[in-house]
Amino acid sequence: MRYRLRRIVTLCKKESVQIVRDPSALLIAVVFPVVLLFLFAYGINFDAGAVRLGIVLEDDSPAARRFSETFSSSPYFDVTLGYDVDSMADLLRSERVRGFLVVRGDFGRRLEAPGESPSVQLITDGSEPNTASFVAGYVRGAYAIWRREHALESGRPLIAGLTIEERYWFNPSTVSRNFLLPGSITIIMTVIGALLTSMVVAREWERGTMEALLAAGVTRLELITFKLVPYFVLGMLSFTLCMVLTINVFEVPFRGSLLLLYFVASTFLLSALGLGLLISTATKNQFNAAQAALNAAFLPAMMLSGFVFEIASMPAPVRLFTRIIPARYFVTAMQTLFQAGDVWSVIGPALWGLTGAAVFFLGFTFLITRRRLE
Amino acid sequence: MSPGFIRAKALIKKELRAVLRDPQSRRMLIGPVILQLVLFPAAATREVKNNVVAIYDEDGGAVTAEITQRLTQTPAFSKVVRVGSDQEARAIIERQDAIAVLRFGPRFSAAVAEGRPEPVQAVLDGRRSSAAQIAVGYVGEVLAGIPLKQTQASASGGGLFVRHWFNPNLEYFRFIVPSLVAIITTLSALIVTAMSVSREREQGTLEQLLVSPLTPSLIFFGKAVPALFIAAAQATIILSGGVFIYGIPFQGALGLLYLCMVAYVAALAGIGLLISSFASTQQQAFLGTFCFVMPAILISGYISPVDNMPSWLRTVAQGNPLLHFIVIVKGLYLKAAPFSDLVGHVGALMLIACVTTAAALLVFRRRLA
Repeated sequence: MRYRLRRIVTLCKKESVQIVRDPSALLIAVVFPVVLLFLFAYGINFDAGAVRLGIVLEDDSPAARRFSETFSSSPYFDVTLGYDVDSMADLLRSERVRGFLVVRGDFGRRLEAPGESPSVQLITDGSEPNTASFVAGYVRGAYAIWRREHALESGRPLIAGLTIEERYWFNPSTVSRNFLLPGSITIIMTVIGALLTSMVVAREWERGTMEALLAAGVTRLELITFKLVPYFVLGMLSFTLCMVLTINVFEVPFRGSLLLLYFVASTFLLSALGLGLLISTATKNQFNAAQAALNAAFLPAMMLSGFVFEIASMPAPVRLFTRIIPARYFVTAMQTLFQAGDVWSVIGPALWGLTGAAVFFLGFTFLITRRRLE
Repeated sequence: MSPGFIRAKALIKKELRAVLRDPQSRRMLIGPVILQLVLFPAAATREVKNNVVAIYDEDGGAVTAEITQRLTQTPAFSKVVRVGSDQEARAIIERQDAIAVLRFGPRFSAAVAEGRPEPVQAVLDGRRSSAAQIAVGYVGEVLAGIPLKQTQASASGGGLFVRHWFNPNLEYFRFIVPSLVAIITTLSALIVTAMSVSREREQGTLEQLLVSPLTPSLIFFGKAVPALFIAAAQATIILSGGVFIYGIPFQGALGLLYLCMVAYVAALAGIGLLISSFASTQQQAFLGTFCFVMPAILISGYISPVDNMPSWLRTVAQGNPLLHFIVIVKGLYLKAAPFSDLVGHVGALMLIACVTTAAALLVFRRRLA
């Protein structure tokens, strides 16, 4: 027994030395998280800044000029004035403006005429649907303000409509970084657990060193343990780095308990490592392991885990499919732990999902290792 | 034909065989493309649909009944549930069983009748603040449509009319499919070039290549061309899927797209070769590629618009070939963009290709010396 323990410790040591020596492990565990968190903090922003808006003024009346000033004086718009629709259409197509307003030649006349009202057209670039709806929303808002002011000036004030008073719990100033950064840690853990590990272990299969170890009397359990432990430690160290950066540098509030956080993170890392080991054992080839890890671990974590794209908006079969993706449970748990705290009704089910995934992938690897040898 | 060209041709043949020989590798180059083509346009949406909204109605009047009724019919909300107390409202948000709670005070209907409506209180789940903001926008549209008793008849014919060009119904998949053409070709072109050099290095065949009459530039050329073939094949699969499965017509000049792809793959090959000239193993080459692709996707405008970035990051993003290629594909696919619109982006791609290839050659030669 003591001999076996010593053997595992020795193998773990050997593996750790290999990790420290290999620059790509350092790249994935240290450089990659820093770059990724940084880009998620500054590069990804769903809250649009100033909208580049074109205004085609076919009317030169003072009323039309005042209308366009409503937009050009607003900090929400960066206005380009133009005088014909064709050249503005070119600007829209080449993405130099995100949308443009057309103020027709009869704008001033119809505004003054009793019983008439001018129509204004907004044209947006629908090839970016999200930006297009933001532009439409901003312009509608500014248009409503202009109408209210104009009505007031002309002595016929509008009756107030229904309005909403919004309060965002957990994230009152709606900073998208607060939910993106906890979510992006999922990507980092997936990359370390599945991508890095699957490649490293596939290389050992490729070179035959795994078979050599098994032939030397190392049991399957020992084999999985000594591959698991060093990468688990690496993953948790990287996780700690991410937490320190997220909380201290990017100032995302953390409201949960650290103990629960580390427990959730370790379960997720175990499931990712399990998937990585499974892929490497099944492919035994670095190129294919890398491709498989990209498609089975990284892309689902990025696209289907719910931190960039809303799961509720996906079609029903895809929603069902997300239930077997461990990253989904981790994203839910992370976002709640960071912003809401230890909400058991959310974290409990997530933990079950993560534990199930870890047991499944590790168990499957255990089974497949034997079969592969026979 | 010059002897150099004949030699490069032989190398290209060998490279293509090396990639396509193994059936597992062949499947890995085609299978994921099809999977992503089926899954992503459906999944990668920033629309907000099928959410639950809760109503805390202390008023119980006709106006709130009308609002509730209309919310049920909005596609953004699959369900409207009622809560009866502050505690219930708090719990339903905390458990994420609803994205928003709308609260109507006890005097809501009376105030509307008096022509002085009080605001509707909305409590939203800030953990998903981006989706919540969009959801509250839909609520706003519903509220704007409620006929108030004393709304004055608005003057005839006026108002703001919105039209979305290139994608009239703002369907998200019309944005995703062109972007997928760019993203999927990026991954495979980079991996094929970066890993082929490091595979030769790892297996010791790089020395054999170097003592052959091929110059390093010809070797680079031979490694870049197979990437172009693979990228073009994958792009064709996605484009056909876009046209025939998703029914998005290709508006621009198809030949121009493949021409621009040459410039794009040249830029990618330059980056792939640069990574592989640093890497000593396939593993390092692959992980290096990954550490390039992931940030490149993040600042390409695919996930959130480049306009929303701080200005220094926008400058950095100009060096990202993916950003230029997404604009090119989107322009040609959806907007029938003429070459004059794209020439700046093609120029940027060529510049990136020159700089990265030169740097790769430099590093490569230095490591050999």
